[in-house]
Amino acid sequence: MEYITITTGFLIIFAGLWAIMTRKNIIRIIIGFSLFDTGIHIVMVSMAYVKGGVAPILDKKELLTDTANKIVDPVPQALVLTAIVIGLGVTALMLAYAMKLHSEKKSLDIESFKDLKW
Amino acid sequence: MKKLFVFIILIALASMLYPLLDTFHGNDKLSELAQFYAQKDNVTKVNSQNLVTAVVVTYRGLDTLGEVTILFLAAAIIAFFLKTESEKRTLRKNSEIFKTAAKMLVPIITMVGIYIFINGHLTPGGGFQGGAVIASGVILMLLAFPNMEFSHKFFESLESVSGLVYVGLAALGAIIGLGFLDNAILPLGKFGELFSAGAIPVIYSFVGLKVGAELSNILNKFKSVQAEN
Repeated sequence: MEYITITTGFLIIFAGLWAIMTRKNIIRIIIGFSLFDTGIHIVMVSMAYVKGGVAPILDKKELLTDTANKIVDPVPQALVLTAIVIGLGVTALMLAYAMKLHSEKKSLDIESFKDLKW
Repeated sequence: MKKLFVFIILIALASMLYPLLDTFHGNDKLSELAQFYAQKDNVTKVNSQNLVTAVVVTYRGLDTLGEVTILFLAAAIIAFFLKTESEKRTLRKNSEIFKTAAKMLVPIITMVGIYIFINGHLTPGGGFQGGAVIASGVILMLLAFPNMEFSHKFFESLESVSGLVYVGLAALGAIIGLGFLDNAILPLGKFGELFSAGAIPVIYSFVGLKVGAELSNILNKFKSVQAEN
């Protein structure tokens, strides 16, 4: 079971990388970055899985005793929560740059930006 | 040719990451740090039902403060980057169904967002998720009524006030509590009830308001720049 999530995470990472490297449209490249982000989050959460553990929310009486042997690791989940928000900020920033680039050249094709190419 | 290089790079990266997958067999027990967080007396000390929230707001609260700062920075750069000009574009008229549905749904979406961040210490959820839900209500509003003027002032002051209250509560923990972001400055309450976990629900509500206002501001900036084109 734990292998399914981690393999999915890696597949999403590679899909994102592939999109970043081969797509021409800037919006699609940004989508590639988002996919890359999401894949890493899935890998991080699935690495913290403890066999037979439940989510670290102690809403049942039986979870209160011997908690440490019944829950999954809450620390990477908190870390991923942070990472999702930062990914959101980065995506918003990339989209703002894309809008600026579009207003400059009236095109979203990465090939039409050759100013820094030698 | 180019496709081949991309393929080679991906294969190289895959072979680099393969050992990570190969040595992964699932954990049999918690890491030492998580065991410390899950100890009986530490759980009752924070008194938060949701352990992830306890980690995010109390144990690693400084991380959350940095995260909020990064989000603020992104919003500030976008605001600086996308200067607005008052030029109107021609818009297609929205259908009546869409407008009515938006009017009906936006209050409900906002209420769900508020519910999510108020109950952050009891159920899965919290300030960031609730703030994002509120911002999704704002984006529905922006799509349904493109000509409506949002009050920048309101969102900006809401954001600054919530940020200040967050930092103020954190500093109050250092003054009258045990340390920066200590949640025991308010009564801890009974485990598993809405008024429990001390300052966590208060802090998370303000984080939620701040994130919601910030994301709404970003969306609003995107909209007002689109009006130029």
